[in-house]
Amino acid sequence: MNAQFWLIQSFNGISYGALLFLLASGLSLIFGVMRIVNLAHGAYFLLGGYVALSVIWTTGSWLLALPVAALAIAAVGLVMERVFLRPLGFDPLRQVLLTVGFAFVFQQAALDIWGGDNLDINPPDLLRGSLVIGGLYLPAYRIFMICMAGVMGLILWLVMEKTRMGAMIRAAVDDSEMARGVGINTSRVSMFIFALGAFLAALGGAIGGAFLGIYPGLDFEILPIAFAVVIIGGMGSLTGAALGSLIVGLADNFGRALFPEVSYFTLYAPMVLILAVKPTGLFGRE
Amino acid sequence: MKSRRGLLTVIGLLLALLIITPFASSYVIVLITYALVFAILAMSLDILLGYTGLPSLGQAAYLGMGAYLTAILATQYDFGLGWSFWVVILLGILVGALTAAFFGLFAIRATGVYFLMITLALGQCVWGLAYRWNSVTGGDNGINLPPRPEFGIDLANDVTYFYVVFGCFVVSLLTLYILVKSPFGRSLEGIREREPRMRILGYNTWLHKYIAFVIAGGYGGLAGVLWAHLSGLVSPGDVLLTTSVDALLMVVLGGPGTLVGGAIGAAVIVFLRDYLSTMLPWWQYVLGGVYVLTILYLPGGLMGIPERIRHRRARSASQGETKKLKSASH
Repeated sequence: MNAQFWLIQSFNGISYGALLFLLASGLSLIFGVMRIVNLAHGAYFLLGGYVALSVIWTTGSWLLALPVAALAIAAVGLVMERVFLRPLGFDPLRQVLLTVGFAFVFQQAALDIWGGDNLDINPPDLLRGSLVIGGLYLPAYRIFMICMAGVMGLILWLVMEKTRMGAMIRAAVDDSEMARGVGINTSRVSMFIFALGAFLAALGGAIGGAFLGIYPGLDFEILPIAFAVVIIGGMGSLTGAALGSLIVGLADNFGRALFPEVSYFTLYAPMVLILAVKPTGLFGRE
Repeated sequence: MKSRRGLLTVIGLLLALLIITPFASSYVIVLITYALVFAILAMSLDILLGYTGLPSLGQAAYLGMGAYLTAILATQYDFGLGWSFWVVILLGILVGALTAAFFGLFAIRATGVYFLMITLALGQCVWGLAYRWNSVTGGDNGINLPPRPEFGIDLANDVTYFYVVFGCFVVSLLTLYILVKSPFGRSLEGIREREPRMRILGYNTWLHKYIAFVIAGGYGGLAGVLWAHLSGLVSPGDVLLTTSVDALLMVVLGGPGTLVGGAIGAAVIVFLRDYLSTMLPWWQYVLGGVYVLTILYLPGGLMGIPERIRHRRARSASQGETKKLKSASH
């Protein structure tokens, strides 16, 4: 019985972490390459969920909804970076505030278009049941989330390690000035990273919609958690984002189950400590 | 000369506000009081952002500490509902300053983006406790306060309460003005402009920043006490990241490093948010648009507009003069 509690909670934590990975890996790359604290990232997540919902309403296809939502929001992110963030140059405060301005506009747009109700995405029947493994009932959807995060993580890893773009991104994370110096077009890298981050966040929103629900306010609720992942894992590092997601997912889940009264505190206090002691995060590169 | 004119303008505006407000409708009076409370919070943040160059994303934490302290003392200990209201104000300032003194130990080391992140995390710690620690904070529902304090004068009257908040605002403005004009304030500005140089000159920059952080926390706590009695309900929503972000935007909109700018920004945003929202259903587009436009086109904020106009006029005047000279030489 006791062992079962731990197993189930661990499984829940890992699956939540998988969702967080989708949201936070892009945020981490944006932060690593551009040093931008993107407060509109939660809005991408929320909008991704809403767009997926609209696609499902019009076409009835859940499978189509995921890529359409992710691509649509990637376009939004691309425009935001190109038209508004680029002209600002490097000024962390103004960049942050600009992303907040957009977060507010997106919030209002979502409210106008999709209303204020708590909506749900219904996954296909195949994913609604649960699997029984070793006497444990595991919801199929949570398994799907873990697989999805695994696949995306693998693709990202291949892109980062095996392609030219990936090498350019890694160079920009390590030393953006030097990268520019050797002729890397960091402006194009930034554009790609921002769109990729929006793509991943929206994909997370479309997948998470069936799990968390979609409602106004979700954007600013999930955003600090994504930052916790980025900080704990270390910015600009995929491995860090994966480990950070796992840690935060587990900490959040066990925090809620074991000491609910201080559960969020147990999430953010370690984040403060890590920032104070090692600002590049546990697995970030120096 | 210029600063004296500015000073007279501020005094004139404050007097006008003091005289006109009581004749306004009760809704507008509450709205103005609301703006004044947030003006105190924005000015406290301006000490960090505008004068020391520390963009804090967690200023709502101190407002929350002050507000929750007020609410808990009032509901659980029946304290602060008479003359002791003034004691609560002092305690609120103290709790804000102490929280900042604790947080500052972690935050001050960080710079730039990391300072943003760490203050965000600290603010979220306070929010997490407010949201989840049901037995103390009432969790998601928050705490409903009893009617406002009464000691001879009845603060339940909105006009009377406006006078109290106005008084606190003026005292805050005055003390903060003295602070930024003092040698200490000057060295803060030096740190903002070039910290390594200040360090080489022998200033303990860490300590300067730490003290500024603590002072800002104290004023944040004061805003929290006033906010608790104004709204009558303290809830985790007050400590949310969005409140901290609002405070930051108020400062940037008004003009960082001007104190008064924060107050103006607070007034503009409170009115946009609460007044406009009753008239326009799409008010948030206006708010978001104002943010985006300010950041793109008004780096000095609203307070920077006169300077810009003067600058442009001077430039066009000098251009005119060179033209004249050129035509004369021909």
